[in-house]
Amino acid sequence: MSAFKELTKGIFKENPTFVLVLGMCPTLAVTSSLKNAIGMGMASTFVLMFSNILISLLKDLIPSKIRIPAYIVVIASFVSIIDMAMAAYVPELHKNLGIFIPLIVVNCIILGRAEAFACKNNVFKSALDGIGMGLGFTLSLSVVSIIREILGAGQLLEIDIMPQAYEPMLAAILAPGAFITLGLLMALINIIKDKKKVEKE
Amino acid sequence: MAIVTKILFMAVTSIFINNFVLSRFLGLCPYLGVSKKIDSAFGMGMAVIFVMAIASAFTWLINQYILIPANMQYLQTIAFILTIAALVQFVEMFIQKTAPALYKSLGVYLPLITTNCAVLGVAVINIGEGLSFLASILNGFFGGVGFTVVLLMMAGIRERLEKAELPKSMQGMPIALIIAGCMALAFLGFSGLNLG
Repeated sequence: MSAFKELTKGIFKENPTFVLVLGMCPTLAVTSSLKNAIGMGMASTFVLMFSNILISLLKDLIPSKIRIPAYIVVIASFVSIIDMAMAAYVPELHKNLGIFIPLIVVNCIILGRAEAFACKNNVFKSALDGIGMGLGFTLSLSVVSIIREILGAGQLLEIDIMPQAYEPMLAAILAPGAFITLGLLMALINIIKDKKKVEKE
Repeated sequence: MAIVTKILFMAVTSIFINNFVLSRFLGLCPYLGVSKKIDSAFGMGMAVIFVMAIASAFTWLINQYILIPANMQYLQTIAFILTIAALVQFVEMFIQKTAPALYKSLGVYLPLITTNCAVLGVAVINIGEGLSFLASILNGFFGGVGFTVVLLMMAGIRERLEKAELPKSMQGMPIALIIAGCMALAFLGFSGLNLG
Protein backbone atom coordinates (compact mmCIF):
# COMPACT_ATOMS: atom_id res chain seq x y z
CA MET A 1 0.00 0.00 0.00
CA SER A 2 2.70 2.46 0.99
CA ALA A 3 4.69 1.55 -2.11
CA PHE A 4 1.73 2.49 -4.24
CA LYS A 5 1.61 5.80 -2.41
CA GLU A 6 5.23 6.56 -3.34
CA LEU A 7 4.23 6.12 -6.95
CA THR A 8 1.09 8.24 -6.93
CA LYS A 9 2.21 11.12 -4.72
CA GLY A 10 4.33 12.56 -7.52
CA ILE A 11 1.40 12.64 -9.89
CA PHE A 12 -1.04 14.76 -7.90
CA LYS A 13 -0.28 15.53 -4.28
CA GLU A 14 3.35 16.52 -4.76
CA ASN A 15 3.26 17.27 -8.48
CA PRO A 16 6.73 18.63 -9.26
CA THR A 17 5.59 21.42 -11.55
CA PHE A 18 2.38 22.74 -10.06
CA VAL A 19 2.88 22.03 -6.36
CA LEU A 20 6.64 22.01 -5.80
CA VAL A 21 7.27 24.59 -8.60
CA LEU A 22 10.44 22.89 -9.82
CA GLY A 23 11.76 22.44 -13.34
CA MET A 24 10.24 25.58 -14.79
CA CYS A 25 12.55 25.91 -17.80
CA PRO A 26 11.56 22.74 -19.66
CA THR A 27 7.94 23.22 -18.62
CA LEU A 28 7.82 26.50 -20.48
CA ALA A 29 10.22 25.76 -23.29
CA VAL A 30 9.14 22.43 -24.74
CA THR A 31 5.38 22.68 -24.31
CA SER A 32 4.60 24.25 -27.67
CA SER A 33 3.37 20.86 -28.89
CA LEU A 34 2.15 17.73 -27.13
CA LYS A 35 4.65 15.54 -28.95
CA ASN A 36 7.62 17.50 -27.62
CA ALA A 37 6.11 17.60 -24.14
CA ILE A 38 5.68 13.83 -23.98
CA GLY A 39 9.18 13.27 -25.37
CA MET A 40 10.68 15.57 -22.76
CA GLY A 41 8.58 14.03 -19.98
CA MET A 42 9.64 10.50 -20.90
CA ALA A 43 13.32 11.45 -21.13
CA SER A 44 13.15 13.09 -17.71
CA THR A 45 11.31 10.09 -16.25
CA PHE A 46 14.06 7.79 -17.50
CA VAL A 47 16.77 9.94 -15.94
CA LEU A 48 14.83 10.39 -12.70
CA MET A 49 14.20 6.69 -12.25
CA PHE A 50 17.75 5.53 -12.94
CA SER A 51 19.47 8.32 -11.04
CA ASN A 52 17.20 7.63 -8.06
CA ILE A 53 18.04 3.91 -8.20
CA LEU A 54 21.78 4.46 -8.49
CA ILE A 55 21.94 7.16 -5.84
CA SER A 56 19.94 5.06 -3.44
CA LEU A 57 22.36 2.15 -4.04
CA LEU A 58 25.37 4.39 -3.50
CA LYS A 59 23.99 6.34 -0.57
CA ASP A 60 26.25 4.68 2.01
CA LEU A 61 29.37 5.03 -0.13
CA ILE A 62 29.13 8.75 -0.95
CA PRO A 63 30.56 11.00 1.76
CA SER A 64 27.97 13.64 2.61
CA LYS A 65 30.39 16.52 2.00
CA ILE A 66 30.79 15.81 -1.69
CA ARG A 67 27.34 14.39 -2.29
CA ILE A 68 26.11 17.17 -4.58
CA PRO A 69 28.94 16.84 -7.15
CA ALA A 70 28.58 13.06 -6.94
CA TYR A 71 24.85 13.28 -7.65
CA ILE A 72 25.47 15.63 -10.54
CA VAL A 73 27.91 13.18 -12.13
CA VAL A 74 25.39 10.34 -11.77
CA ILE A 75 22.63 12.45 -13.29
CA ALA A 76 24.86 13.75 -16.10
CA SER A 77 25.80 10.19 -17.05
CA PHE A 78 22.19 9.17 -17.48
CA VAL A 79 21.44 12.36 -19.37
CA SER A 80 24.28 11.58 -21.80
CA ILE A 81 22.86 8.08 -22.29
CA ILE A 82 19.37 9.36 -23.11
CA ASP A 83 20.84 12.13 -25.26
CA MET A 84 22.71 9.66 -27.44
CA ALA A 85 19.84 7.17 -27.51
CA MET A 86 17.40 9.85 -28.65
CA ALA A 87 19.80 11.14 -31.31
CA ALA A 88 20.01 7.61 -32.69
CA TYR A 89 16.38 6.46 -32.53
CA VAL A 90 14.22 9.61 -32.65
CA PRO A 91 16.43 12.17 -34.42
CA GLU A 92 13.55 14.49 -35.24
CA LEU A 93 12.37 14.78 -31.65
CA HIS A 94 15.99 15.12 -30.54
CA LYS A 95 16.37 18.08 -32.87
CA ASN A 96 13.16 19.72 -31.67
CA LEU A 97 14.09 19.46 -28.01
CA GLY A 98 17.62 20.58 -28.84
CA ILE A 99 19.49 22.19 -26.00
CA PHE A 100 16.91 21.12 -23.43
CA ILE A 101 18.08 17.51 -23.42
CA PRO A 102 21.56 18.26 -22.02
CA LEU A 103 19.84 20.73 -19.71
CA ILE A 104 17.96 17.89 -17.99
CA VAL A 105 21.14 17.77 -15.86
CA VAL A 106 20.26 21.04 -14.19
CA ASN A 107 16.55 20.30 -13.91
CA CYS A 108 16.00 20.90 -10.22
CA ILE A 109 13.41 18.12 -9.98
CA ILE A 110 16.06 15.46 -10.45
CA LEU A 111 18.64 16.82 -8.04
CA GLY A 112 15.80 17.66 -5.67
CA ARG A 113 14.52 14.06 -5.59
CA ALA A 114 18.04 12.70 -5.15
CA GLU A 115 18.61 14.98 -2.19
CA ALA A 116 15.15 14.74 -0.64
CA PHE A 117 14.27 11.12 -1.29
CA ALA A 118 16.75 8.74 -2.89
CA CYS A 119 19.53 9.33 -0.37
CA LYS A 120 17.25 8.33 2.51
CA ASN A 121 15.19 5.47 1.10
CA ASN A 122 15.72 1.96 -0.27
CA VAL A 123 16.12 1.14 -3.96
CA PHE A 124 12.59 -0.07 -4.55
CA LYS A 125 10.94 2.99 -3.03
CA SER A 126 13.36 5.35 -4.80
CA ALA A 127 12.61 3.78 -8.16
CA LEU A 128 8.87 4.17 -7.58
CA ASP A 129 9.36 7.75 -6.42
CA GLY A 130 11.36 8.48 -9.57
CA ILE A 131 8.71 6.98 -11.85
CA GLY A 132 5.90 8.78 -10.03
CA MET A 133 7.62 12.15 -10.11
CA GLY A 134 8.51 11.63 -13.76
CA LEU A 135 4.94 10.79 -14.67
CA GLY A 136 3.68 13.80 -12.71
CA PHE A 137 6.11 15.98 -14.63
CA THR A 138 5.01 14.44 -17.93
CA LEU A 139 1.36 14.97 -16.99
CA SER A 140 1.82 18.66 -16.24
CA LEU A 141 3.90 19.19 -19.38
CA SER A 142 1.12 17.52 -21.36
CA VAL A 143 -1.63 19.64 -19.83
CA VAL A 144 0.21 22.88 -20.64
CA SER A 145 1.09 21.73 -24.14
CA ILE A 146 -2.44 20.53 -24.97
CA ILE A 147 -3.80 24.00 -24.18
CA ARG A 148 -1.03 25.74 -26.10
CA GLU A 149 -1.16 23.50 -29.15
CA ILE A 150 -4.94 23.75 -29.49
CA LEU A 151 -5.00 27.53 -29.04
CA GLY A 152 -1.84 28.29 -30.96
CA ALA A 153 -2.05 25.92 -33.91
CA GLY A 154 -5.58 24.50 -33.79
CA GLN A 155 -4.01 21.07 -33.68
CA LEU A 156 -3.41 18.19 -31.31
CA LEU A 157 -0.52 15.83 -32.02
CA GLU A 158 -0.28 17.62 -35.38
CA ILE A 159 -3.85 16.66 -36.36
CA ASP A 160 -6.25 19.53 -37.05
CA ILE A 161 -9.04 19.42 -34.52
CA MET A 162 -10.45 22.92 -34.52
CA PRO A 163 -13.13 24.02 -37.02
CA GLN A 164 -11.90 25.63 -40.25
CA ALA A 165 -13.00 29.08 -39.18
CA TYR A 166 -10.69 29.02 -36.15
CA GLU A 167 -7.88 31.52 -36.46
CA PRO A 168 -4.83 30.10 -34.62
CA MET A 169 -3.60 32.33 -31.82
CA LEU A 170 0.08 32.51 -32.62
CA ALA A 171 1.01 34.10 -29.29
CA ALA A 172 0.02 30.92 -27.45
CA ILE A 173 2.79 28.96 -29.14
CA LEU A 174 5.37 31.71 -28.70
CA ALA A 175 7.03 32.60 -25.40
CA PRO A 176 4.27 34.78 -23.84
CA GLY A 177 1.69 32.03 -24.23
CA ALA A 178 3.85 29.68 -22.20
CA PHE A 179 4.09 32.03 -19.23
CA ILE A 180 0.46 33.08 -19.25
CA THR A 181 -0.93 29.54 -19.69
CA LEU A 182 1.14 28.25 -16.80
CA GLY A 183 0.21 31.23 -14.61
CA LEU A 184 -3.51 30.76 -15.20
CA LEU A 185 -3.26 27.00 -14.63
CA MET A 186 -1.53 27.59 -11.30
CA ALA A 187 -4.22 30.07 -10.27
CA LEU A 188 -6.85 27.47 -11.19
CA ILE A 189 -5.11 24.84 -9.06
CA ASN A 190 -5.00 27.30 -6.15
CA ILE A 191 -8.75 27.85 -6.47
CA ILE A 192 -9.42 24.09 -6.47
CA LYS A 193 -7.17 23.63 -3.43
CA ASP A 194 -8.94 26.39 -1.50
CA LYS A 195 -12.35 24.93 -2.34
CA LYS A 196 -11.26 21.51 -1.07
CA LYS A 197 -9.97 23.04 2.14
CA VAL A 198 -13.26 24.83 2.74
CA GLU A 199 -15.19 21.63 2.10
CA LYS A 200 -13.08 19.74 4.62
CA GLU A 201 -13.76 22.31 7.28
CA MET B 1 35.31 50.21 -36.16
CA ALA B 2 33.80 47.09 -37.69
CA ILE B 3 34.56 45.16 -34.52
CA VAL B 4 32.82 47.74 -32.35
CA THR B 5 29.63 47.56 -34.41
CA LYS B 6 29.80 43.78 -34.37
CA ILE B 7 30.03 43.78 -30.59
CA LEU B 8 27.13 46.22 -30.37
CA PHE B 9 25.02 43.99 -32.61
CA MET B 10 25.86 41.05 -30.43
CA ALA B 11 24.85 42.97 -27.32
CA VAL B 12 21.49 43.97 -28.74
CA THR B 13 20.87 40.47 -30.05
CA SER B 14 21.52 38.66 -26.81
CA ILE B 15 19.98 41.26 -24.51
CA PHE B 16 16.79 42.05 -26.41
CA ILE B 17 16.15 39.74 -29.34
CA ASN B 18 17.30 36.39 -27.98
CA ASN B 19 16.91 37.19 -24.33
CA PHE B 20 17.93 34.17 -22.28
CA VAL B 21 14.96 34.30 -19.97
CA LEU B 22 12.10 35.51 -22.11
CA SER B 23 12.79 33.93 -25.45
CA ARG B 24 15.11 31.01 -24.73
CA PHE B 25 13.49 30.01 -21.42
CA LEU B 26 16.77 29.58 -19.59
CA GLY B 27 17.40 30.53 -15.99
CA LEU B 28 13.76 30.68 -15.02
CA CYS B 29 14.20 29.29 -11.51
CA PRO B 30 16.23 32.26 -10.23
CA TYR B 31 14.12 34.59 -12.39
CA LEU B 32 10.99 33.56 -10.53
CA GLY B 33 12.69 32.78 -7.22
CA VAL B 34 15.06 35.71 -6.57
CA SER B 35 12.94 38.48 -8.05
CA LYS B 36 11.10 39.62 -4.93
CA LYS B 37 13.52 42.42 -4.00
CA ILE B 38 15.62 44.71 -6.19
CA ASP B 39 18.71 44.39 -3.98
CA SER B 40 18.90 40.63 -4.14
CA ALA B 41 17.98 40.65 -7.82
CA PHE B 42 20.93 42.94 -8.49
CA GLY B 43 23.32 40.71 -6.53
CA MET B 44 22.13 37.62 -8.32
CA GLY B 45 22.39 39.35 -11.70
CA MET B 46 25.98 40.43 -11.14
CA ALA B 47 26.97 36.94 -10.01
CA VAL B 48 25.32 35.42 -13.09
CA ILE B 49 27.06 37.82 -15.51
CA PHE B 50 30.39 37.01 -13.93
CA VAL B 51 29.95 33.24 -13.92
CA MET B 52 28.42 33.08 -17.40
CA ALA B 53 31.35 34.95 -18.96
CA ILE B 54 33.98 32.84 -17.18
CA ALA B 55 32.12 29.59 -17.77
CA SER B 56 31.87 30.38 -21.49
CA ALA B 57 35.63 30.85 -21.65
CA PHE B 58 36.52 27.70 -19.74
CA THR B 59 34.03 25.38 -21.41
CA TRP B 60 35.19 26.63 -24.82
CA LEU B 61 38.82 25.89 -23.96
CA ILE B 62 37.97 22.47 -22.55
CA ASN B 63 35.93 21.57 -25.60
CA GLN B 64 38.59 22.80 -28.03
CA TYR B 65 41.73 21.47 -26.38
CA ILE B 66 40.61 18.41 -24.44
CA LEU B 67 37.36 16.98 -25.81
CA ILE B 68 37.94 17.47 -29.54
CA PRO B 69 41.54 16.15 -29.68
CA ALA B 70 40.53 13.17 -27.54
CA ASN B 71 37.42 12.65 -29.67
CA MET B 72 35.22 12.63 -26.62
CA GLN B 73 32.53 15.15 -27.50
CA TYR B 74 29.90 12.76 -26.22
CA LEU B 75 31.15 13.56 -22.71
CA GLN B 76 30.29 17.23 -23.28
CA THR B 77 27.43 17.38 -20.79
CA ILE B 78 29.35 15.72 -17.96
CA ALA B 79 32.52 17.70 -18.63
CA PHE B 80 30.69 21.04 -18.78
CA ILE B 81 28.62 20.61 -15.66
CA LEU B 82 31.68 19.54 -13.68
CA THR B 83 33.65 22.50 -15.03
CA ILE B 84 30.87 24.86 -14.04
CA ALA B 85 30.47 23.35 -10.57
CA ALA B 86 34.21 23.51 -9.95
CA LEU B 87 34.42 27.01 -11.36
CA VAL B 88 31.63 28.34 -9.18
CA GLN B 89 33.28 26.81 -6.12
CA PHE B 90 36.62 28.31 -7.09
CA VAL B 91 35.19 31.75 -7.83
CA GLU B 92 33.46 31.68 -4.47
CA MET B 93 36.70 30.91 -2.60
CA PHE B 94 38.66 33.42 -4.66
CA ILE B 95 36.24 36.27 -4.03
CA GLN B 96 36.02 35.38 -0.37
CA LYS B 97 39.80 35.74 -0.02
CA THR B 98 40.46 38.77 -2.21
CA ALA B 99 37.30 40.87 -1.99
CA PRO B 100 35.41 40.21 1.23
CA ALA B 101 33.07 43.14 0.59
CA LEU B 102 32.05 41.78 -2.80
CA TYR B 103 31.73 38.32 -1.27
CA LYS B 104 29.26 39.62 1.25
CA SER B 105 26.94 40.89 -1.46
CA LEU B 106 27.41 38.05 -3.99
CA GLY B 107 28.30 35.14 -1.73
CA VAL B 108 24.87 33.72 -1.06
CA TYR B 109 23.97 33.63 -4.76
CA LEU B 110 27.08 31.89 -6.02
CA PRO B 111 26.25 28.31 -4.97
CA LEU B 112 22.79 28.68 -6.50
CA ILE B 113 24.32 29.40 -9.88
CA THR B 114 25.62 25.87 -10.43
CA THR B 115 22.09 24.71 -11.12
CA ASN B 116 21.14 27.80 -13.12
CA CYS B 117 20.43 26.38 -16.53
CA ALA B 118 21.43 29.63 -18.27
CA VAL B 119 25.08 28.89 -17.44
CA LEU B 120 25.14 25.35 -18.84
CA GLY B 121 22.84 26.59 -21.59
CA VAL B 122 25.21 29.29 -22.79
CA ALA B 123 28.09 26.81 -22.82
CA VAL B 124 26.12 24.36 -24.95
CA ILE B 125 24.86 27.12 -27.26
CA ASN B 126 28.39 28.51 -27.80
CA ILE B 127 29.67 25.12 -28.90
CA GLY B 128 26.53 24.32 -30.90
CA GLU B 129 26.74 27.53 -32.88
CA GLY B 130 30.48 27.15 -33.40
CA LEU B 131 31.36 30.57 -31.96
CA SER B 132 34.97 31.66 -31.65
CA PHE B 133 36.66 32.02 -28.26
CA LEU B 134 36.08 35.76 -27.99
CA ALA B 135 32.54 35.54 -29.32
CA SER B 136 31.77 32.86 -26.73
CA ILE B 137 32.90 35.07 -23.87
CA LEU B 138 30.91 38.02 -25.21
CA ASN B 139 27.87 35.80 -25.70
CA GLY B 140 28.15 34.67 -22.08
CA PHE B 141 28.65 38.20 -20.83
CA PHE B 142 25.78 39.78 -22.76
CA GLY B 143 23.56 36.81 -22.02
CA GLY B 144 24.16 37.51 -18.34
CA VAL B 145 23.43 41.21 -18.88
CA GLY B 146 20.15 40.30 -20.58
CA PHE B 147 19.27 38.06 -17.65
CA THR B 148 20.02 40.86 -15.18
CA VAL B 149 17.96 43.42 -17.10
CA VAL B 150 14.78 41.34 -17.04
CA LEU B 151 15.44 40.17 -13.48
CA LEU B 152 15.66 43.78 -12.29
CA MET B 153 12.52 44.74 -14.22
CA MET B 154 10.67 41.83 -12.70
CA ALA B 155 11.87 42.70 -9.19
CA GLY B 156 10.76 46.30 -9.66
CA ILE B 157 7.29 45.21 -10.70
CA ARG B 158 6.97 42.66 -7.93
CA GLU B 159 7.99 45.15 -5.25
CA ARG B 160 5.08 47.34 -6.28
CA LEU B 161 2.78 44.37 -6.56
CA GLU B 162 3.16 43.77 -2.81
CA LYS B 163 0.72 46.59 -2.22
CA ALA B 164 -1.73 45.64 -4.95
CA GLU B 165 -4.94 43.87 -4.06
CA LEU B 166 -5.05 40.55 -5.82
CA PRO B 167 -7.50 37.66 -5.67
CA LYS B 168 -6.11 35.07 -3.28
CA SER B 169 -5.62 32.44 -5.94
CA MET B 170 -3.51 34.76 -8.08
CA GLN B 171 -1.03 35.73 -5.38
CA GLY B 172 2.59 34.67 -5.64
CA MET B 173 3.63 32.44 -8.51
CA PRO B 174 0.58 32.79 -10.82
CA ILE B 175 0.77 36.57 -11.06
CA ALA B 176 4.55 36.44 -11.44
CA LEU B 177 4.15 34.12 -14.43
CA ILE B 178 1.52 36.33 -16.01
CA ILE B 179 3.75 39.39 -15.62
CA ALA B 180 6.56 37.41 -17.20
CA GLY B 181 4.19 36.62 -20.04
CA CYS B 182 3.43 40.31 -20.57
CA MET B 183 7.16 41.07 -20.55
CA ALA B 184 7.78 38.32 -23.08
CA LEU B 185 5.04 39.82 -25.24
CA ALA B 186 6.79 43.18 -25.10
CA PHE B 187 10.16 41.62 -25.90
CA LEU B 188 8.58 39.83 -28.85
CA GLY B 189 8.49 43.25 -30.47
CA PHE B 190 12.28 43.16 -30.77
CA SER B 191 12.24 39.96 -32.76
CA GLY B 192 11.47 41.82 -35.98
CA LEU B 193 14.65 43.80 -35.55
CA ASN B 194 17.02 43.00 -38.37
CA LEU B 195 20.68 43.61 -37.62
CA GLY B 196 22.82 42.66 -40.43
